Amino acid sequence: MNFIRIRYTKWFNIIKNGMKTGNPIFVAALGLCSALAVSNTVENAIAMGLGVTFVTMVSSMFVSMFRNYIPSKLRIVTYMVIISTFTIFVQKFLQAYFPDIYSSLGAYVGLIITNCIVMGRAEAFAVKNPWRYSLIDGFASGMGYMFVLVLVALIREPLAFGTILGYQVMPDGFTTWASMAIAPGGFFILGLMIWILRTWAKSYEQEA
Amino acid sequence: MLELFINSILSNNIALTLILGMCPLIAISTSVKNAKGMGIAVILVVTITAVINYPIFQLLKMTGTEDVSLLVFIITIAATVQILELLLEKYIPTLYSAFGIYLPLITVNCVVLAVSQFFVNRDYNYAQTAVFAFGSSVGWLLAIVLVASIREKLAVYGDLPKGLRGKAIVFMILGILALAFAGFRGLSL
Repeated sequence: MNFIRIRYTKWFNIIKNGMKTGNPIFVAALGLCSALAVSNTVENAIAMGLGVTFVTMVSSMFVSMFRNYIPSKLRIVTYMVIISTFTIFVQKFLQAYFPDIYSSLGAYVGLIITNCIVMGRAEAFAVKNPWRYSLIDGFASGMGYMFVLVLVALIREPLAFGTILGYQVMPDGFTTWASMAIAPGGFFILGLMIWILRTWAKSYEQEA
Repeated sequence: MLELFINSILSNNIALTLILGMCPLIAISTSVKNAKGMGIAVILVVTITAVINYPIFQLLKMTGTEDVSLLVFIITIAATVQILELLLEKYIPTLYSAFGIYLPLITVNCVVLAVSQFFVNRDYNYAQTAVFAFGSSVGWLLAIVLVASIREKLAVYGDLPKGLRGKAIVFMILGILALAFAGFRGLSL
């Protein structure tokens, strides 16, 4: 009984929106640069996903807490300052505890700042809602992003390196596909995924 | 120097091999005219901010506070874009009416921040930074104009499955272009 009731609460709807109906990558096409660039191994995808989730959550919460004190003309710059503060936090954390992941993600960690998901959620949701909902909304969007990233990485890593999370999964004689490890692989896999999902969900797009 | 310039346009194309600046590339590549406008605005902003950020970073390094460089870079970028918009509006109104609408969008174009990060990571000197910034943004212009011209042709002659229209086909186009640009890796000067 409780479970049925939970489906109608605001919390549930926010999470569903972030993960499914408003998924940042498939539906809104936000945050694509990092999604394509770091999805060549599952490990990178998870690290990047968690980083983005953290930054989106915390910055949404702070934007929402201060939303009544930020003059609307200065809001973009204020968001930038909040977001970059937490991005630096993530960068230093990875550098200190996971130096291997940090060096393979490279400049993309710093580019969380310009990841449109973070800014998008601050502008679209956090300015209008109290901080606890903003926190959940940031979490849901971040998780929706991570879900796609890991999905793409699960296809690319076995084809590019024959492994998943460093464990051999492909048979011995398997020839690795070099193009999967670099840019074209990411483009093709994401393009195919969007095609399949659109056809399945019957949500087509009109060419402008 | 020439090598760095050619490399940053072709074999290390910032859009097609490093996958940066995708959001505006996909959103604005519906017509060649808009693509050119955005591309030229990006060249302006990327080159100017890299030239400004380099001395600022040296100053931060001298005082031992390069940890906050990201924060400083993004503020410089936001301020440069704002000032550029005001100056263009006042002194070159024809240019402003052509490129003005693209300027605010550039603050969140990751090419700008990425170029500032690369000169830090790769230890470029001042001249190299300027050449690299200019070359990378020209490469980005090249990529967006290529995609836009293919999309314009597709919109007229293409007969695509419904699900593939819109974003999905843009990814396919980008994938094929990226494969072609991967071929430039063998280019050595």
